[in-house]
Amino acid sequence: MATLDLAGIRKSFGPVEVLHGVDLAVRDGEMIVIVGASGCGKSTLLRIVAGLESPSGGRVAIAGRDVTALEPAERDIAMVFQNYALYPHMTVAQNMGYGLKIRGLPRAEIERRVREAAALLGIEALLDRRPRQLSGGQRQRVAMGRAIVREPKLFLFDEPLSNLDAKLRVQMRAEIRRLQKRLGVTSLFVTHDQVEAMTLGDRLVVMHQGHAAQVATPMEVFERPADTYVAGFIGSPAMNFLSGRLAEGGRAVALGAGPLIRFADGPRPGQEGEPVTIGIRPEHVRPDPAGLALAIDLVEPLGSETVVHGRLPGGEALVVKLAGAAPRDGALAVALPPEALHVFRAEDGKRLDP
Amino acid sequence: MSTTDARAARTAAPGREGGTDWLAHAVLLLGTVLFALPLWIVLMGSSHDAATIGRGEVPLLPGPHAAENYAAAWSRGTTGVPVARMLWNSTVMALCVAVGKIAISILSAYAVVFFRFPGRNLVFWSIFITLMLPVEVRIFPTFKVVSDLGLVNTYAGLIVPIIASATATLLFRQFFLTIPDEFVEAAKMDGAGPLRFFRDVVLPLSRTNMAALFVILFVYGWNQYLWPLLVATSEDVETVVIGMVKMIGSESNTDWSLVMTTCVLALLPPVAVVLLMQRWFVKGLTETEK
Repeated sequence: MATLDLAGIRKSFGPVEVLHGVDLAVRDGEMIVIVGASGCGKSTLLRIVAGLESPSGGRVAIAGRDVTALEPAERDIAMVFQNYALYPHMTVAQNMGYGLKIRGLPRAEIERRVREAAALLGIEALLDRRPRQLSGGQRQRVAMGRAIVREPKLFLFDEPLSNLDAKLRVQMRAEIRRLQKRLGVTSLFVTHDQVEAMTLGDRLVVMHQGHAAQVATPMEVFERPADTYVAGFIGSPAMNFLSGRLAEGGRAVALGAGPLIRFADGPRPGQEGEPVTIGIRPEHVRPDPAGLALAIDLVEPLGSETVVHGRLPGGEALVVKLAGAAPRDGALAVALPPEALHVFRAEDGKRLDP
Repeated sequence: MSTTDARAARTAAPGREGGTDWLAHAVLLLGTVLFALPLWIVLMGSSHDAATIGRGEVPLLPGPHAAENYAAAWSRGTTGVPVARMLWNSTVMALCVAVGKIAISILSAYAVVFFRFPGRNLVFWSIFITLMLPVEVRIFPTFKVVSDLGLVNTYAGLIVPIIASATATLLFRQFFLTIPDEFVEAAKMDGAGPLRFFRDVVLPLSRTNMAALFVILFVYGWNQYLWPLLVATSEDVETVVIGMVKMIGSESNTDWSLVMTTCVLALLPPVAVVLLMQRWFVKGLTETEK
């Protein structure tokens, strides 16, 4: 168990810089999920922590020890790979014990640790099988077991659930979380799936174009996204963005679509008339007969709720998530509750708080 | 495409009426006869005495002299070199060539695929280009080198010049490229160094490929003709292929029954290797263990 500290991690491949200085402090026993679209640098960051890539700049410290220049095997970490990377010619037990065998542990000790990990994961019956005789979920467990037997300071997960079918993914997700809590091992988990990120992480790192756009708890990321990228990335359906201008000395916004909405929580800094982006989540938009007219162009009934895609009078798209069944006619009037608005500076997309 | 797919496609194909069946069988039968007849003639010829074949008869039925022919060939041959000796020489050569080629090419392929070093591509391409240079092209300089080293009429002289294989290197390289990077990375996390990774992961995964190559290369080594003809002039290292050529010598006084006997004996080891390794051989050519 250990802390992990990243300071100013940069990485360039030739002339292309893919990480522009990432800082992160992970507390002992914490589960951090690194989430972002493909190409944002999240996997590269994980591989740098693992020691499979060396950073172009910056420092990696595990439990206070600078490991930037160390080989992966010397870092006392374990990694679960996306395709599990189980050696096909070894049995499950051999796969799990291979790292220990190389470290020169006595056979009895290896066997004991493998049995313990197998019991923990419920795979005792599979120990003599080969990887190709296992289902996807079983392989996933073996890959976890291989990480656990090493009793590492740090677990690294590289999108370990993306090869599983949807149902199994949900099940393994819960299992990983339970296991991590029980073992209390500091963990980094990389995923592109926002649901995985929200459910697994103590804190999230939302990566965007080589930067950590926001590092916060899942609920904070959801409720107070740091910029428009994070706001649009987390939450489904994605947050609506409407353009507007600050009005009444920052106490209100004049939407391009027409109405003036007074902020519920106080004035935003900025000049009168400064362009801003207003974000509102689809589930926060309320039907209101006295509100804005929405021309509906698509209705997606999901059973317990309905997603309505439509256009505001100004032509801007708006998605609304309504509880219950779909509205029957072709138009809907909606209100944007002031307390649900997120305000971002139009220029750089950063959040504006009172 | 998997075998089941292929099978399904075949059964679904039209034109399976009885009328075309006998034609297909006739073609197959003809092919079988064409392949098997020479072997049959040699096998039968080895059981007749020299006089029968000397008269120009081509016996298609077994004769009474098989035992004495085989005993004679095995212990003294016709040129004074026992075929047993020739078979031993051929076995040594074929085994060393096959094992040596596999060992060298698997190691060079390992270096080319898993290590980044300056000139890596240059190394690979120079190996690849030697594919296009058969032994015949470089036979004089090679002979000069071997003779200067005093290796004429030695096993080393017979084996070393043909022990590197561009083809096998290429095959292993292509196979290694299909080994997922994650295996290498997982091994790094496990703390396995390059040699350990080679021994514990790459070698076991290459087993079937090695077996298939062994069969091909053993037969290749066994059938070597031009190079042994040049470098193995003493009977100590004479291979069975060269021995037979010498036996035929001049048309008039060739003991054809013993030549045929030798021929059958020379066939047996490669056939044995193919039969013994058949299962592995087919596996190596058709499936990968991943």
